[in-house]
Formats: sequence, structure tokens, C-alpha cells
Amino acid sequence: MNSRVLTIAANTFREAVRDRVLYNLVFFALLMAGGSILVGQISIDIERQVVVNLGLTAVSLFGVVIAIFIGIGLVSKEIEKRTLYTVLARPVRRWEFIVGKFFGLVITLVVNTFLMSLGVLLALLYVAHKLERGDLTVVVAIYFIVLQFVVVTALALLFSSFSSPLLSAVLAFAVFIVGTFAEDLRGFAAMSQGVTRVGATIAAYLMPNFAALNVIAEAAHAKPVAGNLILFNTVYALLYALAAVAGAVLIFERRNLK
Amino acid sequence: MKSRGPVTLVFAVLTLLGLAGQALLVRKVDALRPEATLEEVLYIPSAKAVKRMGLGYTGLVADIYWTRAVQYFGRKHGKGSTRYELLYPLLDITTSLDPNLVPAYEFGSTFLAQRPPQGAGQPEKAVALLEKGISANPNEWKLYLHLGFVYYFEIKDYLAAARALQHAAEMPGGNPELRAIAGTLAQHGGDLQTSRQLWMMVYQNEKQAQLRKNAERHLAAIDNDEIVTVLEAAIADFRRRTGRDPKSWAEMNANGYGRTVPIDPQGDAYLLIEGRVEVAHPETFPFITKGLPPGQQPSIGPQIVVQ
Repeated sequence: MNSRVLTIAANTFREAVRDRVLYNLVFFALLMAGGSILVGQISIDIERQVVVNLGLTAVSLFGVVIAIFIGIGLVSKEIEKRTLYTVLARPVRRWEFIVGKFFGLVITLVVNTFLMSLGVLLALLYVAHKLERGDLTVVVAIYFIVLQFVVVTALALLFSSFSSPLLSAVLAFAVFIVGTFAEDLRGFAAMSQGVTRVGATIAAYLMPNFAALNVIAEAAHAKPVAGNLILFNTVYALLYALAAVAGAVLIFERRNLK
Repeated sequence: MKSRGPVTLVFAVLTLLGLAGQALLVRKVDALRPEATLEEVLYIPSAKAVKRMGLGYTGLVADIYWTRAVQYFGRKHGKGSTRYELLYPLLDITTSLDPNLVPAYEFGSTFLAQRPPQGAGQPEKAVALLEKGISANPNEWKLYLHLGFVYYFEIKDYLAAARALQHAAEMPGGNPELRAIAGTLAQHGGDLQTSRQLWMMVYQNEKQAQLRKNAERHLAAIDNDEIVTVLEAAIADFRRRTGRDPKSWAEMNANGYGRTVPIDPQGDAYLLIEGRVEVAHPETFPFITKGLPPGQQPSIGPQIVVQ
């Protein structure tokens, strides 16, 4: 990878750490410890499910919130603080800046997710006293969550390349929610007719497919996930993120920064 | 100043490649996850829970659930399915969220009541849905009319059907002609003429295009059943006189049974096969009970929901 992109990515990660983004880990640890102990006392035989469901849902939601709120500020904050002009005055191209920012935030989220995942696995070990082969699905679910973050980060970056931080956040959250129901959206499109069908189908396929990236329920019941799904989801998320980041670059290249 | 042309071109191509590639991948992912398709997911089975989660926007949520019910039925109906497990729960949630959503009772009871493959074959649930609708909308005379239909055609309880139609006739805005039909129902329940009167009533009074179309198809099916009955009687008479089956309609005509080839209500000539009368296109002729090839079930016909 281009060294300038790497430098920007590393700086973005450092900045996120300096901004105390990783403080969410403390809340997460409390949630996991509290949830595991509490449910163990007040329920029967669902400790494992609760740890997996609660833990992975928290990993996903914490990460999405971070991806959106940091992602929307990646460009606008640099413009507001006027640091962008310093960066672009050096031999750094605009596309390198965008791609570097994207990778920086993805690295931040991967580190964050890795630490939270350790917490989930420790809690699982605490309630089940051992880790089994079926727990591999938990790892797959975490991997899918990371793919989800890659897509959300790319989208937040795309929206922030042309709109205000507030509007970018609203758009990113809206697309996240709609993407969760993407399968229904495609189902509805398939049932319509004529021009409506064409429009609805295009809209449905433009939305990210977050439903397929959510296998938390399968992980909670230690059900295996098809190898093909892992492969397709990986390629899908990378292609979607590629399209969104490339779109952000296209917009940012033409943006008047004066 | 650096030229941006090549960068723009490269990233435009990447954007298009990414979008096209992800759309292709979505189809592959969908193929791997059949359980995630629209029809078998209720999400939240409790109307109360849905109401709470709707944050007070129950009207909009009801519209969404009603759309889901229509799409669920339409998709399964299109596939010729005979199992509609989620139909009643979807309709129940819809009407709990918005008890005044009258189309949900009218169409919903039709979807539920008609026998498979035309519907879900759950007339008791259709009655429950309509009674819920009547209790929330006591001035909607058409709900009594639909109730009468379900009792008459699906449950075959002619007295209950007559009572429902009597209610519909007596209500403000109700059709007074229904009073006479209610009387006929009580006396001659089950015959084709009474059925014709009922469907004609719907056809003449219904403003909803799909329900009118449904009535039109029922009327065509009644016409067909009557014509086939007459033709079968003629063939039986021919057989009794000659001791064999007629070979063709021309032979029937030559022996004094009609003057032309008989035509079904869809405009096609009836087929005469080994002394049996058959419609030419049973696959597009819903609700008929006569003129079907041996062993063939009535067709689902064109869909009434998704045109």
C-alpha cells in the first residue's frame, strides 16, 4: 500500500485513540460482566445464549455508532480545524487522504472489536467453563460484524464527503436501518410491476445487505455457517466498501475546499 | 495543478465495478440464505409489542404490516402454496394496530377463507377476523356481507350466512336487496342460482377492482359449471340412445344436440374427450368444479392480489 495512505491511516488511528474512542471498552466490559452474572442468577440454562447475544449485539452496535460518529467527522473535522489544507499542501493527493482516513478508522474498529471479542470469549468461558468447536461460529459472527463496520465506515465517509456531519449521521443511520431489512426490500421490489419494479429493484440493490452479515442468532445456538457464505459475504462487503469509498473520492476530488 | 482526469476515471470505474459486483454477490448470498426470505419471518408475533415499538405511529406500522400480509399472500399464492401459516398472525397484528383498516378485513377474509389453492382454506379464522372488524367498525355493512359469504361458500352454514346478510341489509347504507337474498339463502342454500345472486351482488356493488374481478371470476366459474352440467346431460342422453360415447361436437349437433361447438365463458371451445367435457385451459380458469381433466385440481388462476 502507498506509504502516504499508511501514514494517514496510522494518524487517524492515533487520533481516535487520543479522542478516547476506546473508552467504550470499559462500558462494554461492565455490560458483559454484569449481564453474564445477572442472567446466570435469574434465568435457567440460557447463560451461553445471553452472553453471545448480548455480547455480539453490543459489539455490533458499539462499533456501528463509532463507525458513524467518527466516520462523519473524518473529513469535516479536518476542514473545520483547517488541518486538511496543511495535509493537502504536502505531496498528498485527495484520494490518498480519503483512502487513508478509511483504513485508519477500519483499523480503529478492528482493534476495538478484537478487544471486545476477547471480552465475549472470556465471558463465554466463565459461563460455560470451556470453549467448544461450536463456538467457532461466534468467531465467524465477529468477523461478519467487522465486515459490517467496513461497509458502514465507507458509507459514513461517502456521506461526509458531500454533506454536513449531522446530515451524514442521519443518512448513515437510515441506511444502516434500511440495510438491516434489505432482504425484505428486495422481496417487495420483486412483487411490484413495471417502472415501479425497476426503480424499487435498483434502490433495493443499492442498499447494503446487513441482514446477511448478521449471524448472531446462529452463533448463540452454535449452528455452523456455510463456508460459501463467509466467502460471498467477504467479497460482497469489500466490493460495497470499494464502491462507497471510490464514490467518496470522486466527490471529494471535485469539492471546492476554498 | 495536478490533473484529476485519470484519478476520476479510475475511481469512477471502481465505483461502478464495486456496485455491479456487490449486486451480483447479493443474489449469491440470498441463494444461500433461503430462510431469510420475506414470507416466513414474522419478526414480532405480539401486536402489543409491535404497538409499543411503533412509538405511537401505529397507523404507519399497520400499513406496513398490511403490505407485508398482501405480499406474503401474493407470493405464496403465486407459487401455488397451500400453507399460509403467517397470514392470520399478520392480519391480526395489522388490524390490532389499526382496527379501522377495513380493507384488511375485506381482503384478508377473502385470502383466508377461500379453499387452497385460491386461498388459505382457513374460514374459521376469516370469521374471527371479520367479527373483530365488525366489533371495531359496527357501521361497515360490507363486513357483514363478507361474513355471509364465508359462512355460505366455505363453512356451508346457510342460516348463519342468512343472518349476516340480513344484518347487512338492515344497516345504514346497506343494500336492501340483500334481505331477499338472505331469505333465499335460508331456503335454498347451496344451489348455483343463489351463488350467482350473491356474486352478482358483489360484482354490481363493489368498488374495489380486485374484489370485483374476483366476483367476475366466480360468476364465470358458475356459468361454466352450469354449461358443463347441461352438456353432460346431453351426452348422457346421447349415450343412452346410441349405446356409445359421441366422437365430436359435430356428431352431437348432427343428432340434434345443439347447433354449434359449445364455448366456455373464457371464449374457448369445450373439448369432448371420450365422452367427457373439458375446458380448453383449466390452468387459467379458477373456481370451476366441472369440466376439469381427470385428477386435476381447480387452478389458482390469475392472481387477485398482485396483478
